[in-house]
Amino acid sequence: MSGQIGVSAERVGGPARVTGAYQYVGDIRLADVLHVKLVTLPCAHARIRSIDVSAAERLPGVRLVMTAASLPQPVPRFGPQFQDRPVLAVDETKYHGEPVAAVAADTEDAAEAGARLVRIDYLELPPILSVAAALAPGAPLVQDPELRPGDPLAETNVLREHPVSWGDVAGAVSDLVVEGTYTFPMVTQFAIEPHGFMAAPDGDGVLIWSSIQHPYWLQKIIAEILGLPLAKVRVLAPDPGGAFGGKQHTKFEPLVAFIALRTGRPARLILTLEETFQAVRRMSAEVRVRTGFLSDGTITFREVEADYLLGAYADIADRAASKGSHISCGPYRVPAARIVARSILSHTPPATAFRGFGAPQPNWAVESNMDDAARALGLDPVELRLRNLARRGEEFIPHDTTVDGDWEQTIRRAAELIGWGTPLPAGRGRGVALGVKSGPTTGLSYATVRLLADGSVILYSGTSDMGQGSRTLFAQIAAEELGVPIDRITVVMGDTAVVPYDQQTSASRSTVLMGNAVLQACREIQAKVRAMAARLHGISETAIVVERGIVRLPDGPVTIVEILKPGLGSLGGEVIGNGESRKEAEPGHPLSGSAAFYEFNCTAVEAEVDEDTGNVAIVRHVTVSDVGKAINPLQVRGQDEGAAIQGLGHTFMEHYIFDESGRIRNLGAIDYRIPTSMDLPVELQSDIVENADGPGPYGAKGMSEGALICTAAAVAAAIRDATGVVIRDLPLTPERVWKALSERPLATAAAHEVAQRRVPG
Amino acid sequence: MIDQAGAVRIELTVNGRQRVLEASPHQSLLSLLRDDLGLTGTKACCLVGECGACTVSLNGRIVDSCLILAVEADGAELTTIEGLAADGPLTSLQRAFLEEGAAQCGYCTPGQVMAARDLLGRIPHPTKAEVQEGMGGNLCRCGCYYQITEAVLGAAAAAD
Repeated sequence: MSGQIGVSAERVGGPARVTGAYQYVGDIRLADVLHVKLVTLPCAHARIRSIDVSAAERLPGVRLVMTAASLPQPVPRFGPQFQDRPVLAVDETKYHGEPVAAVAADTEDAAEAGARLVRIDYLELPPILSVAAALAPGAPLVQDPELRPGDPLAETNVLREHPVSWGDVAGAVSDLVVEGTYTFPMVTQFAIEPHGFMAAPDGDGVLIWSSIQHPYWLQKIIAEILGLPLAKVRVLAPDPGGAFGGKQHTKFEPLVAFIALRTGRPARLILTLEETFQAVRRMSAEVRVRTGFLSDGTITFREVEADYLLGAYADIADRAASKGSHISCGPYRVPAARIVARSILSHTPPATAFRGFGAPQPNWAVESNMDDAARALGLDPVELRLRNLARRGEEFIPHDTTVDGDWEQTIRRAAELIGWGTPLPAGRGRGVALGVKSGPTTGLSYATVRLLADGSVILYSGTSDMGQGSRTLFAQIAAEELGVPIDRITVVMGDTAVVPYDQQTSASRSTVLMGNAVLQACREIQAKVRAMAARLHGISETAIVVERGIVRLPDGPVTIVEILKPGLGSLGGEVIGNGESRKEAEPGHPLSGSAAFYEFNCTAVEAEVDEDTGNVAIVRHVTVSDVGKAINPLQVRGQDEGAAIQGLGHTFMEHYIFDESGRIRNLGAIDYRIPTSMDLPVELQSDIVENADGPGPYGAKGMSEGALICTAAAVAAAIRDATGVVIRDLPLTPERVWKALSERPLATAAAHEVAQRRVPG
Repeated sequence: MIDQAGAVRIELTVNGRQRVLEASPHQSLLSLLRDDLGLTGTKACCLVGECGACTVSLNGRIVDSCLILAVEADGAELTTIEGLAADGPLTSLQRAFLEEGAAQCGYCTPGQVMAARDLLGRIPHPTKAEVQEGMGGNLCRCGCYYQITEAVLGAAAAAD
C-alpha cells in the first residue's frame, strides 16, 4: 500500500487500549502465584545489625522470607554499567526504599502482614543527600571501595569524571564573559503503570515478566546471575504503560526470579507508586557555565562544570551524565570548550535514564546563560543563537557527527509561530531556547518479517512500544514496502523466545535503527518476490523492479501479493525476510560512538506572571522539532507535545523533598505533582521540520525527547522578559517566583554577575 | 453478612451482570474488580484517589475505585471500561480517542474514557475549558491532554 508513509495511521493496538483489554504486566494472572512485598527501613542510610524473620515466617500464608543471607553468597550484584546493586541490601541500606528483605505469601494481605513482622535491628547513619555533602572532606563513602578495584576515585563519592575539551580556552579573548550556577531538581518518571515484575520456573530455565524497555538486556543479566544459558531465560515484556527511560534497566527481576526458583512457584511483585518513586528518578544537578563572547555575540569559549547527583547505585546514570554533558555546549560554534561532568554517589534512590538522558540539566544552565548574554550584549536572544548556530555539515563537537539538519529553519519557524518581536501586553514576556541531544551512539536491531500465503504479514521486533507508537510505525513501513493493508499486519514484540535480538529501546532510536531493520527485512522479501516474478514470467530479474509494494514487470505493474500466490505454488508457505541494523562502536570516542542523529528542538513560550502570587501561566507554547520525516504525523505530535508537557513538570512543580534521615517526604501522587489537564499552556503548538535528512527509513530521525530538553530555559527566559527577574533554580514554583519578584532589585543585579570588557578567557 | 474468616457476602451488578461475591472488609472495589472478577481494564496506579486510572461508574457516578471499599458497593450498579463496548463496536468516544491519538501508552486510557463518558453524560456539549476541568482528575504522563480534550469535544460533536 504505497502512501502509508507520512500519514497518521491509527495506533496499532489502539482498540485494546481504549477497551481496557490490553494486558500490562500487572494485569496478567498466574495460577498459584506468590505475592511479594518488600521490607524497607524508614531512613536512607543504616547499618543492619540483625534481621529476625521468625515471626513473619510463622504467619499463615507466608511461604518464604528472603534476606541477603538467604541468597547465594556473595550476594549477586548487577547493573547496566557497574555491577554494584545487590539483589537485597547487604549489611547496610543506602537509600530510602532499598529492600532489606522480601516476603512471599499466598495472598497480598499475607505478604504485607508478613513484611510488617520482619524485625530489623539497625543503626541509622548520616545520609549524603547533596553534591556538597558528597564532596565534603571526610564524607562517608556511599560505595565500598572494594567494589571499585583499581579505580583512582574509589576513596571518594565521585563515581566518574567526564572531561571533554577542545580549543584554547585560556587564550580566548572575549569582550564579555557571562557565568552562572544553576540547579536542576530531582524528579521521577512517574509512568502511570507502576513497575511490575513476575517470574516462574520454566522447565530447566526461568520465565520473567517485566514492564521493561530492554527485554534482551534483562535476559542477559538474569542469565548471568542465575548461571543459565540465554536460551533458558525467557523474558516476556508486554508493552509498558509508559516508561520514559525509567523502565530501561533491571530492578527487582533477579529477586522475583530467586523467589520463584526457591519456592517452585510463580512470584509476583507489583510496585506501588511510592515504591516506584524509590526505584527510579532523574539525576538532579548543579551546573556552572561560563561563556565568553565578542561584542557582536560571537562565542569565544565555553566552560561547563556539571555535577550530577546519582543515587547509591549507578544504574545507567553515569552514562547519562557523560552523554548529556558531552553535548552541553549546545548546537553552537564553540571554538574552545572545557566540559567536566562528575557523576556523584549519594544515599538517594538510584537515578536512571529519563527522557533527555542527561541533556536537560546542562541545557537549563547553558540556554539560560545564552539569555543572560543576549541581554548583557543588547542582542536579541534569537539573533544571538542564530549568529552562533552551527550549520549543516559543521563538526560542532570535535570527532562527532556533523550537524545533520537545517537547524536555522527550526528556529525561524518557532520564532514565527510565537510572534517573536511583536508587541506584548504588560505582565507578559517571551522566551526562547534550543535543545539538542545526541541520538544513539551504538545500536543493534534485528527484525523478521513473514509474508504469509494470503498476503498478510507478521512482523517481529524486540522494540518495546511504551506509547511512542513503534508498532504502528513498523506496520506502516511493512505496509508501504509490501503493499499490504495495515490491518492485515500483526506486530509481535516483547517475547525473547519469539522476537529476534534488539539491543534496547532508548535514545529515540527505534524508528531509525529498528525501522531500518524492518525496512531491510521487507527489502529481502521484495528481492525474493522479484526472483519469483522472474521465474513465473520467464524473464531476467534485471528486467523487474520491486518497490513500495509494486512489482514492475516489462508489461506493467502488479502487486507483490499477485506474484506471491502463484510464486509460492500449491504447497503455499511464506516468504521470510530478515533485517539487521547496526551502529558500530567507535573505539576512542568518548561516548564509544558518534551520534546516529541529533534531536534538535526550538521551544518558544509566552508567559504571563501574576506578580501578587508568583503564578506563571503559559499563554502560548511553541515547540518545533527537526524530525527528518514524520512517518506518522499524529504520533509525532503526540510525542512532541508529551515531551513538552513533561518538561513543564520539572520546570514548574516537580521535585523530591528529603528530610534529614534521607526519607523522601513527598512520595506518591498527593504530594508530588505532575502536570494535569488544568496545568497546560493555554495554547500549545507543535510543529516539525521535515527535510528527509535523517538516517532512518524515508529520512526519519528520532524525535521523542527534543521538546523536553529546553522547556525550562525557555520558560525562565519568558519570566525574565516579563518581570526582569532571573531564577537559576528549578522548579519555578509560585513561591520561588514570588520570592524572586519580592527581591527584585537584588535579582536584577545578579542577572549580570560578570560583565566585564576585554577580559581574557 | 460476615463469615468466620471475616469475608462479607455482597451482591452487585457489574456491566449488567449480577454478581455475588465474598469481599474482605478492607478490600477496595478496585481489588474486587481486578483480582476477583478479572476485570483488569480498570487500572491501578496511585491507590490514593489522585490519578484517576481506576475510574469506574458506581450507580451512575464516577468514583476512584481505589477509594471505595468493595463492601460499600453492595447492591450497587457498576460500569467498568469492559462494559462500554462489550462484544460490540467501539463507542463513539472510544473511536474518538483513537482518531485523535489520545491513547499513547494507554495505561490511563480506561480511566480517561470513563471520566469523559461521565462528563458528556452531565454536559453533552462541553467547552474546552469544561473538558479540561472535568478531566482534571485523570493523570496522563504521556501528556496526551490536548488530544484527549479533542477526542472528548469530537465525540460530543459527533453525538449531534
